[in-house]
Formats: sequence, structure tokens, C-alpha cells
Amino acid sequence: MSTKRKIRILVAKPGLDGHDRGAKVVARALADAGYEVIYTGLHQTPDMIAAAAVQEAVDLVGLSIMSGAHMTLFPAVQKALEKRGVSDLPIFGGGIVPEEDKAALLEGGVDALFTPGTTTTEIIDWIEANVRPKVEG
Amino acid sequence: MVAVGRVEDVLAGTVVRAARLMRDLDDQIPGALEELKALYPHTGGAFIVGVTGNPGSGKSTIVDCLIAQYREAGLRVGVVAIDPSSPYSGGAILGDRIRMQRHATDDSVFIRSLATRGHLGGLSRSTQDIITVMDAMGHDVIIVETVGVGQDEVDVVSTAHTSVVVVVPGLGDEIQAIKAGILEIADILVVNKADRDGADRTVADLSMMLDLRAKGAKTVRILKAVAIKEGGMVELVEAVDLHRRELDSETEGRRRGLERAETRLKDLVRTLALERALALLESGDGLSALVERIAEREIDPYSAAEQVLAELMGNP
Repeated sequence: MSTKRKIRILVAKPGLDGHDRGAKVVARALADAGYEVIYTGLHQTPDMIAAAAVQEAVDLVGLSIMSGAHMTLFPAVQKALEKRGVSDLPIFGGGIVPEEDKAALLEGGVDALFTPGTTTTEIIDWIEANVRPKVEG
Repeated sequence: MVAVGRVEDVLAGTVVRAARLMRDLDDQIPGALEELKALYPHTGGAFIVGVTGNPGSGKSTIVDCLIAQYREAGLRVGVVAIDPSSPYSGGAILGDRIRMQRHATDDSVFIRSLATRGHLGGLSRSTQDIITVMDAMGHDVIIVETVGVGQDEVDVVSTAHTSVVVVVPGLGDEIQAIKAGILEIADILVVNKADRDGADRTVADLSMMLDLRAKGAKTVRILKAVAIKEGGMVELVEAVDLHRRELDSETEGRRRGLERAETRLKDLVRTLALERALALLESGDGLSALVERIAEREIDPYSAAEQVLAELMGNP
């Protein structure tokens, strides 16, 4: 019996901005890389994201934030995940995050941030290096 | 590899643990099967509704409406939503949750997205196992949304108590409606997007198809719906309830139960036998030797296959 794990990733857009092109491009690239991507669409509250992450038993949560509310939304999602009993889930982010905020978020437990200019290959390389070992381990 | 106490946690309805078990089953982790076996005696309480139909016919929207109504009735609802895996990358975008977002934080609704992972028939290989876990968790209704299907993906009928087939107006002339396959499995036919032209014609075509069947054929209900506006959804739930009562009241329910069990058993025997035969074939250098002999016409492929199977039967 084959026991090769398939990596599952939740891609979500928390908050109020309506620009999901970036999230869709990333979702598509991740699916093309062989991952299963659960895409939940726009205007997700942190608790909606956490509930989906739990029910879908994902390995990784990707958040796309363009609204400037990243300093609020990332911690809110982390807190919601903790509340639903999955505090150890890796989180990555994409969107517009100023350099000075980046350090604070990474310090606060966000695992990676990919800002404009990042290629999807970089994201996939990061997943292979940082998430794959945990999933198969 | 059995996770300690997970069976008890699933039976107690612990969402994180149940979701992980579903994951292990989908990934075919061997230990998970032992847990599934332990859960089986605690199942059979859930009513299973299958929703199938063409891509874009509105399956997810209909499922969303069904969830809303069952929740209003105070029932716990599980949803298994299946989307196709890419035949090229093996990856998938699972987007059925998008249409069900209003139920995202309702703790009495558990939605699980699955990719087909190469399995044909409209479901994933793990679908039945995921249903078993949801059933053991205590869900009253489990809705299975298949991938968008063509004419021949009919596996849902051996999984669900009631099969709902969604069609939309304007799919073609009446000859489409008398073809075998997807339309035959329906207990309920929903003509969705019925605010479009041609809806009445589609209903007429479907009725005609049903009239052409032999005497004594099962009762099939046809409904018009505009799911995006929740039109026809109360009627759909009523039709499902009616069908459910027919199953309960007649020997039909027991017959279908036996039929589902038989299909499941045969499926599993087929799958496990195939896996073991292939594993046997690929162990050692037996495979390349046999392949070479077939290519050299020293043995024919049928005899070679029989030889492999004989060896398998000798080595359970």
C-alpha cells in the first residue's frame, strides 16, 4: 500500500479587500506543483479560516492580504487556529507587507512571507524545504 | 501506527482528531484502516444524500441550500465534496467550500473536500471511508457532492441512500434524455437554473424518458429549481424525505442496504487483490523476467497473468 502523503494547503483571503487574483495565481501554481489546494474565496473571517483548516486537515495555511490589515489579521488567524486546537500549523502569507512589519510578523510565528516580486517557484521551494519533511516525517 | 485513543475521540465527535483520521485514510496510511474497522460497528445512523450532475449545474449551491435546511431542522450535517485531481500534476484545486461559506463556523456542519486522486466513477477512493468517519461522529445527514460528471460516473448510487441528479436546461435534444447512465441512477431529478429558457422542455423530456421505462420501475421525482435564489429547495428536501420514507417503509431499504454492502465488498476485494498482485509482481525480479518472456513470445500474457494470480492465492 502506498503511503505517500499528499500535501494539502488552505489558501484563504481574510479581511475586506476584494483582490483575489494573487491568491488564485498562487493556488493554481501550488496545484500545478502537485499539492491539493483548498481555496475558500474572499472575505474570510479568521475563525472561518481556522474552521476550514481543521476540517480539511491541511498541512499549511496561506493567507493573502492586500488591505494593510496584516498586523491584525495574521495574529487573529493564529489565535483562531489555537482556539480550534491546531496551534502547530505552519502559516505563510502573501500580499503587500512593508519590510518593517515583516520582521514583526515572522517574529510572531508567521513562517514565511512572500511579497510582490516573489516567483511561485520560490514558494514551492520553501514548501518542499520546510513543510514536506514534517508531512512525511 | 494507530493513534492512541483516536477511535474514542472520533466517537466523541472531536473534530481535529476525526479530520486527521480522514486525512490518514485519504493518504492510505495502513494504521488508519484498523481505526476504521473499529468505527464500523458505530455507523449506519446517518442518512446519505448524493448530489451529482454536470460541471456548472449548481451542485455546490444546492448542497449549500440543503445544509441550511437540515440545520434549520436541528440536524448535524456532514459534507463530502469531491473535485478532480489533475491527471498531469496530481494536484487539485478544491473549491466547493466557496459556495458553502455561510456554514463555515457552524460547529454542527463538517465539510471535507477531497480530490479524486486518479479514481474514476465520480468519487474519490476514500469517499466511503470518510463517510464512515462522519457517520461515527454522529452526523445525522451526510451529503456527498461528486465531481462534475459526464454520463457514466455513477458510483454515488452505491454510496448514497438517495441520489439527486442535477441537470440544467438546454443540454440537448430529447435523445440525450433516453441514454443510459447518469439519469438512470436518479431518485430525484432537479432541473436547476429553471429561470432559463427551455426549463419546461427539459422537464417534459425527462418525464418522457421516465414514462418509457418498464412497468414497476422505481419512482423518480422531477423538480424545478433556482438554487442560487433558494428556489425549489424546500421541495427538494421534501422529495428527499419522501424517498427516505419509502426506503424505510418498504423492503426496498433493506434491499438497497444489501446492494450497497455487496458493492462495497466487491470494490474492496478488487482493490486489495489488485494491490497485492501488483506488489507481488513488483517484488524481486519476477516482473521483468515475465515481461521479457511475454515479449519474446515464450509465454502468452493470459497464462502469465494466471501464473501471477495462482501465486497470489497461494500467498494470502
